[in-house]
Amino acid sequence: MNRGQPSHAPTAWELALHAAAIFAVAPQAVGGVRLRGAAGPVRDAWIAAVRRALPPAACVRRLPSGIGDGRLLGGLDLAATLRTGQPVAERGILAEADLGVLIMPMAERTGAATAARIASAMDMGSVTTERDGITATNHARFGVIALDEGLDDEERPPPALLERLGLILDFRALSHRDVADTPENAMVCDPQRITAARQSLGAVQVDVTIVTALCAAAHAMGIFGLRAAQQAVQAALVLAALAGRDTVSDADAAMAAMLVLAPRATQIPAASEQQPTQEEQDEATPDAQGKSQEEPASSAENQEQHQPTQPLEDVVLDAALAAMPAGLLALLKTAGADQFPKMAGRAGQAQASASRGRIIGARAGDLRSGARLDVVETLRCAAPWQRLRRNENPDSVSGRGVAIRREDFRIARYKQRTQTTTIFVVDASGSSALQRLAEAKGAVRLLLADCYVRRDEVAMIAFRGQTAEVILPPTRALARAQRALAALPGGGGTPIALGVDAAVMLVDSVRRGGRAPTVVFMTDGRANVCRNGSGGRAAAQEEAMAAAKTLRLRQCATILIDTSPQPQKLAAELALSMGAHYVPLPQANAQRVADAVMRIQAEAAPARTQGVAA
Amino acid sequence: MTGSNRTSFPFSAIVGQDDMKLALLLAAIDPAIGGVLIFGDRGTGKSTAIRALAALLPPMKAVANCPHACEPGRPAGFCTHCNAPSLSAKAARTVQVPVPVVDLPLGATEDRVVGSLDLEKALTRGEKAFQPGLLARAHRGFLYIDEANLLEDHLVDVLLDVAASGENVVAREGLSVRHPARFVLVGSGNPEEGELRPQLLDRFGLSVDVTTPTDIPTRVDVIKRRDAFDRDAEGFTAFWKAEEDKLRKRLVTARKRLATVATPDAALMRAAELCLHLGTDGLRGELTLMRTARALCAFEGAKAVGDKQIRAIAPMALRHRLRRNPLDESRATSRVERALSEIFGP
Repeated sequence: MNRGQPSHAPTAWELALHAAAIFAVAPQAVGGVRLRGAAGPVRDAWIAAVRRALPPAACVRRLPSGIGDGRLLGGLDLAATLRTGQPVAERGILAEADLGVLIMPMAERTGAATAARIASAMDMGSVTTERDGITATNHARFGVIALDEGLDDEERPPPALLERLGLILDFRALSHRDVADTPENAMVCDPQRITAARQSLGAVQVDVTIVTALCAAAHAMGIFGLRAAQQAVQAALVLAALAGRDTVSDADAAMAAMLVLAPRATQIPAASEQQPTQEEQDEATPDAQGKSQEEPASSAENQEQHQPTQPLEDVVLDAALAAMPAGLLALLKTAGADQFPKMAGRAGQAQASASRGRIIGARAGDLRSGARLDVVETLRCAAPWQRLRRNENPDSVSGRGVAIRREDFRIARYKQRTQTTTIFVVDASGSSALQRLAEAKGAVRLLLADCYVRRDEVAMIAFRGQTAEVILPPTRALARAQRALAALPGGGGTPIALGVDAAVMLVDSVRRGGRAPTVVFMTDGRANVCRNGSGGRAAAQEEAMAAAKTLRLRQCATILIDTSPQPQKLAAELALSMGAHYVPLPQANAQRVADAVMRIQAEAAPARTQGVAA
Repeated sequence: MTGSNRTSFPFSAIVGQDDMKLALLLAAIDPAIGGVLIFGDRGTGKSTAIRALAALLPPMKAVANCPHACEPGRPAGFCTHCNAPSLSAKAARTVQVPVPVVDLPLGATEDRVVGSLDLEKALTRGEKAFQPGLLARAHRGFLYIDEANLLEDHLVDVLLDVAASGENVVAREGLSVRHPARFVLVGSGNPEEGELRPQLLDRFGLSVDVTTPTDIPTRVDVIKRRDAFDRDAEGFTAFWKAEEDKLRKRLVTARKRLATVATPDAALMRAAELCLHLGTDGLRGELTLMRTARALCAFEGAKAVGDKQIRAIAPMALRHRLRRNPLDESRATSRVERALSEIFGP
């Protein structure tokens, strides 16, 4: 009974096909698939395989990027409303995808708000619309295929969405040559097999030892959310159904761990002789606040069942380990116990808030100046007069249409509140003492505490030695910033040019997101490392000045805080080259830095608003 | 398979998360506590708990056909239905209605939240009628905001205003309507997605942090129960019915008992001392502390508020009211606990 499951270790493509089969059997049970990689033949082949395996009646909807709430959740169907003269509700795309699949192209650009709406529909299996005078609840039982074209780990779909996508496939290293069209592979996604599995899925049982093994494996790999383990169990159930079994086997669990758990690992599982139970008991005390102790009965019962499952746990773990890409393993080894994966997915969100702004109401007006009509408000204004107008002029209004006159027009008013992103570029080299780094961190926190009121963001770049890296991507989450800042090392040479380059890149990306960047440099201005990593004060200084000019061209509010004990001529010159306000703060303390930044942001505010409006 | 919204997961079957469950129960015992804010990781059962609470709450009495579901004998001041002189005794009969638990869905527009001109009536009959919004529907019940930190600012403003005044004033599209809107605000959110405005934070009576259980047996339990529920929601609910009924009965008894719980001066002193020590702004902290302690007494069957109850609920009543110090990394809960052990002794 080993249909469709290869005896050898599965290749990446075979694994992907198994994922396709699981998804096609029960799109909603596993939530969805995160498909990493650029558009190309591999991705197309995979989606085609899913489409073949889905029931013919299942609808597949593509989510347009930058979709508005009206289209996403549903609302007033304007055409029908105007035609019939009574409000007609329109289903949104989420409701249309019911019993089918929602494909999200460029999922990494999805905003947090859109993701939260989709996530809520996935959780409820339905979508509730409270818009435009319409109240409706529609079924929305769909699975998601998120096409994630993010280049690096910083660029990824919002976490609310990622959490709910059980399967993760990485096609970045696959080429069309890997797409093997063998009969065995065709068998995996055979529509008949899928249909049979869909029917038998409800009867498949899973033993508690398997659930325990998957939970333990998730724990050992540093996966903290509960959803992943749950999705792994679901995937195992589907795999058993696909193989025509009525209970989940160890092999099913192993493959589920490969598909669901392995890509999520944030740490290398501890050596197998180390009992996970021990480890977990120690950790449970501070985190779970003794919840395990409060349920002695069920704990004890599970403990008993838990002990003899060690071998199965190993099977599951080994399978998951084998499926982890080699690069990831190396990365995890060097990263150590970084418990919390970095979160991202902000690019799209910023885009949305900037390009449209928030509608703050409607006012009477005409449409000549290219203003946007607020149709619902316009209808509301016209509505009470309909009968009167019909009586006044019985011939001109044909049938049951709505008579709208010019005075009814309501124009949407937008509030384009510029949101700023303050980018700290901190000299973390040996020449800037460690203490200044601490002050910079303090200033970031102070600004963040102030920012959450205004919904502004803070980011931080540190440069030292031969690198400049974004240690805190733009965020307004205090919790996240504190974690990122806690582990900021110092020391090494001073590659100012690299720091400026990184700042320029971030300024551009912040601008693309529609936010106004402010750059705050904290350095003494004494460069001694070139871009290529070679030393040499003069050359490094020259590069720094040249880089500074590219920043100046960006024309964003910039501040250079001179952190040396005596104000430095070099720092002042650097400030001049980048068009920055020069602020010598020999005894820079966190509060004073934060004050200086807020002052200059306030000065720059009028100019910024114009820039965005233009 | 998952996410059937016909039957909700039984409240008593939720594994662990005792803080969250207690906070929700206390807020249901005494609505004057002022709601609950649940902040924490994804997938910790925040939404599940609130939807489960809806099913747990006993039905309430209301005047039949009253648009605002007025309490019999205590009509809201401006309810035209119940205050109408023509209202006959027969029309004012009492009916049992389920306590409303209204979801504020993401992407709701302001007109649906506060209510607006009834488009249908206006378009088809040319009538100017008011179509009540979510706030009206939540009257005497719960208003649940999932992902409260993603809520649009202008909606937050409306909510704050209505929650404070207990009535909703609509003046738009030529309408001028006032209606009662007293509800318990329940919010949930994820701190990763940003902070909540302090004004909104303070508006919540209680606040709890939920974390994902880290021990494997608990995690296995969660998954087992969820799976059992997804497979056979009716069977699972029937299995837990006895527990649910027991809890519902306790809740009803606690509500009746609430008025009889004594608040000795010593307890008031303790509460004041604690709030002073922590430097919480305003009196809201002390009021919530006492109300919550009383609700806990009623729930536990104690006759008067003592140190035990204050200690138990102080973290959830005060942790979101501490003045924020961005440089202090210690968590708010531990600050409250530190103050507790300093004042009450270890």
